[in-house]
Amino acid sequence: MAAPMLRGCCLGRCWALACIDSGSRHGRGAATGFTCSGKRGQSFVAQQPLLTAQKSRKGEHKWAAVVGLEIHAQIASNSKLFSGSQVHFAAPPNSLVSFFDASLPGTLPVLNRRCVEAAVMTGLALNCHINKKSLFDRKHYFYADLPAGYQITQQRLPIAVNGSLAYSVCVGKKWRQVITKTVRIKQIQLEQDSGKSLHDELRSQTLINLNRAGVGLLEVVLEPDMSCGEEAATAVRELQLILQALGTSQANMAEGQLRVDANISVHHPGEPLGVRTEVKNLNSARFLARAIDYEIQRQINELENGCEILNETRSFDYKLGFMPEPNLPPLLLYDTASLPAGADPQQVINIDRIREQLPELPSETREKLIQQYGILPEHSFALLNEVGLLEFFQNVIKETRAEPKKVTSWVLNIFLGFLKQRNLAVNESPVTPSVLAELLNLLDRKVISSAAAKQVFEELWRSKGKTPSQIVSERKLELMQDEEALERVCHTVMEGHPQVVMDMKRGNPRAINKLIGLVRKVTHNRADPTVIKEILEKQLSS
Amino acid sequence: MLGRTLQEVSAALKQGQITPVELCQKCLSLIKKTKFLNAYITISEEVALKQAEESEKRYKKGHSLGALDGIPVAVKDNFSTSGIETTCASNMLKGYVPPYNATVVQRLLDQGAVLMGKTNLDEFAMGSGSTDGVFGPVKNPWSYSKQYREKRKQKPHGENEDSNWLITGGSSGGSAAAVSAFTCFAALGSDTGGSTRNPAAHCGIVGFKPSYGLVSRHGLIPLVNSMDVPGILTRCVDDAATVLGVLAGHDPKDSTTIQDPGKPFMLSSLTDVSKLCIGIPKEYLVPELSSEVRSFWSKAANLFESEGAKVIEVSLPHTSYSIVCYHVLCTSEVASNMARFDGLEYGHRCDIDVSTEAMYAATRREGFNDVVRGRILTGNFFLLKENYANYFIKAQKVRRLIANDFVNVFNSGVDVLLTPTTLSEAVPYLEFIKEDNRTRSAQDDIFTQAVNMAGLPAVSVPVALSNQGLPVGLQFIGRAFCDQQLLTVAKWFEKQVQFPVIQLQELMDDCSSVFEIEKLASVSLKQ
Repeated sequence: MAAPMLRGCCLGRCWALACIDSGSRHGRGAATGFTCSGKRGQSFVAQQPLLTAQKSRKGEHKWAAVVGLEIHAQIASNSKLFSGSQVHFAAPPNSLVSFFDASLPGTLPVLNRRCVEAAVMTGLALNCHINKKSLFDRKHYFYADLPAGYQITQQRLPIAVNGSLAYSVCVGKKWRQVITKTVRIKQIQLEQDSGKSLHDELRSQTLINLNRAGVGLLEVVLEPDMSCGEEAATAVRELQLILQALGTSQANMAEGQLRVDANISVHHPGEPLGVRTEVKNLNSARFLARAIDYEIQRQINELENGCEILNETRSFDYKLGFMPEPNLPPLLLYDTASLPAGADPQQVINIDRIREQLPELPSETREKLIQQYGILPEHSFALLNEVGLLEFFQNVIKETRAEPKKVTSWVLNIFLGFLKQRNLAVNESPVTPSVLAELLNLLDRKVISSAAAKQVFEELWRSKGKTPSQIVSERKLELMQDEEALERVCHTVMEGHPQVVMDMKRGNPRAINKLIGLVRKVTHNRADPTVIKEILEKQLSS
Repeated sequence: MLGRTLQEVSAALKQGQITPVELCQKCLSLIKKTKFLNAYITISEEVALKQAEESEKRYKKGHSLGALDGIPVAVKDNFSTSGIETTCASNMLKGYVPPYNATVVQRLLDQGAVLMGKTNLDEFAMGSGSTDGVFGPVKNPWSYSKQYREKRKQKPHGENEDSNWLITGGSSGGSAAAVSAFTCFAALGSDTGGSTRNPAAHCGIVGFKPSYGLVSRHGLIPLVNSMDVPGILTRCVDDAATVLGVLAGHDPKDSTTIQDPGKPFMLSSLTDVSKLCIGIPKEYLVPELSSEVRSFWSKAANLFESEGAKVIEVSLPHTSYSIVCYHVLCTSEVASNMARFDGLEYGHRCDIDVSTEAMYAATRREGFNDVVRGRILTGNFFLLKENYANYFIKAQKVRRLIANDFVNVFNSGVDVLLTPTTLSEAVPYLEFIKEDNRTRSAQDDIFTQAVNMAGLPAVSVPVALSNQGLPVGLQFIGRAFCDQQLLTVAKWFEKQVQFPVIQLQELMDDCSSVFEIEKLASVSLKQ
């Protein structure tokens, strides 16, 4: 649940485990003793469930880690879960606070229909059973950024249960083998976000911002079916893509729209599970895998040193219990079969209608890409991994006759490389899909060589507004179409390098490449190497 | 003019016999004269006069808004009133000025009602005497009535007569006293376990608790959300129906209000009760019931029977568990509801700032009285993880049994239940405070509490004066959302019994003497 972080006033208590945020602990979070590493920053990873402690010697039995996740996704909605306040990330402090959000006495919660629909849609996308009746509860604890002293959540009977999330890990040489894994989803519940506390240690005061207080959250509880940080990170990444595809959450981790708590234990395979610990408020994809792996390693080290694992977070779980929220009647949902006759569509939610509105999910999109364009599975992951990249790719495809594989290679290697180098998002690129499409057309029609195409691409980046054709003609980058002129160049080069010609005649296969290189140099890369090769071979045999 | 009912004075305003401003000024002047009753915490004189002027303009143009236009009303100080301090009679909310109106307040104002002020109560409505608020106890106007005084003169008694003033009952005692003493024509109370009906019975007026879900709770500072209902205190049943007509109906700000659009509650005059079936729950005949109240109760039953109604004994077998069940549910919700009073966003905040926890603790210690703190502590005990199933869950199950008792009785053909409202007439303050708040609440809510558990409508109607010259009320309980039927029966009964009007002429004519007496009384109390 959205438990806020330790506050300054709680001196004497501390999270024994790192609260991995803003990089406070991540520096030493990197595990050293076991490997479960994939290509960082990618959504498909290697997976090695059996871990070995750094100090363990050969022959000692291995450790297995068990990782479960609680993920909080802020619902993308105009207003909060129970009040009419607007939801914005960067509004001035306390500018989005209704009387209810500030817990003024006498105010009552009014459930936001949009949030319920988002929960149902997410539940359906995650293969959950949607409960036609769910209940709201109060969870009590005293925190300055929880004005009512309790959070309204769904503890007893949540809106969705028993789902699953499939995610893919790449294994094998060059990560070419894609394995699909599944993590069970225990439940999805609707609940309120808390406000934010800002601790001014110098003046020993706490500043409260209630803009976030009462924003709708989807708490997605993943069963402990994962075995390392990378698996967890991959599952989270897949969930993030699903939420974004559904539009139910923007799921931007940097803006706190997606926050992850992990519970972790280690044990020897075949033996009972170990004691769990929790790593809270992981709000960056980068630290998620690292923090989990660090904790796994820490537990292994503790156990190997003969120490016990204590569930440290539980020791100051001084919350009071739950109580039914008396101001909200049970949340009733319907399907087409159970819809009461003559019901006001504004007053009821039809699960079947939401099912019909489900958009294409990332796994389906990737499958389509593979089928339609014949691209590699890992390329389908890469295309979905960057916001807007898939759309960019598809727009390029629409306007070019170049092969999809060629387009994929250009988009994923050259285009994405440029963006990453400059730390830009896809929508910030000066090169539009149609410009890239035009460039690829020039390449496809053999107007330019691929080396020249790269040169043009670089030029496009610098001089916005110019078309590829303009650059090609300005820089005289067209391939030489005049075969006679090219024959003359080839002839001159051969005459100037009799030794190389001799080598060639003696059957050295690499000699012709040297000649091709020399011809290209003379033509400033404007000659097509295959054409040069043909001419050279013709001239040699004549 | 002030002694009239709401309907009568509304007619007088329409006919121009009096103007809204004149009426408002008369009430304000009486409020000041009867200040010693301590019925009001805040007198909103300026606002009231302004509203009365607006109303007067409307009457002059012939565009009055309806039956409530220009009618002075009072509101219990646990309803949020925009721009007017709302204290719940607690240090915690002293100085708290809500930025919004409770829906019921807004609906009254939208109909042109004139808000005279905010009335006194037990702190956060926790009590049955209106004696446990930070602004002191409310005095029952009947203490100063001719009827009561004459009876007392006949009896020899040693103690100082005027230190022996009576409590109003509670927790809406301020509202009951305000209506009873003619300082307004209707008042809002709240009713969680009987807080509207109990003081209405002690003050000789009508106290109506509507069905749960019929009237919005938005803006009512909660005691127990699942039982709280805004109550209506008036001088007659018709007036209660008029006010209910304005208040009832769906409120988008309260998800527990029913969706059906509200209908105007116009009561027909029942002439024939022969088709009625009146149930007399046998479990309500408890040893603590005073013989006088018991006798009025059976007289009332006889009255119905003699007029042709079917009167039968019925059983509500789980009644005896009601009090302990209520205790668990009430304190648990109180613990939860009171968690928001931490001194951060509004209300009292202590000076201690060594840590947030220390600030919370001191703020809440200074802000709440013993009763509130006791209930919070108890409630938190019941909500502890290890106790939850043993107490809260069990209490919820018992609550369901209690509610089912009523369902069974009504399904058996009973239209309305007839019960006492209180064990006896109002007792003197000095008598009342011999027992603590918890004991008192448990005793006094005995006939009223179960109704809140079941969410049913109930109304206390004054029947007659006791031997001491004090009012006694009887309670009618109706089927859920059959509020109109309930009030129709209550109206018939009211007409039959002809309850006498309180005689406060002395008080109104010569308040100075009362003030003198009060000074003496307070001096003697200090000794």
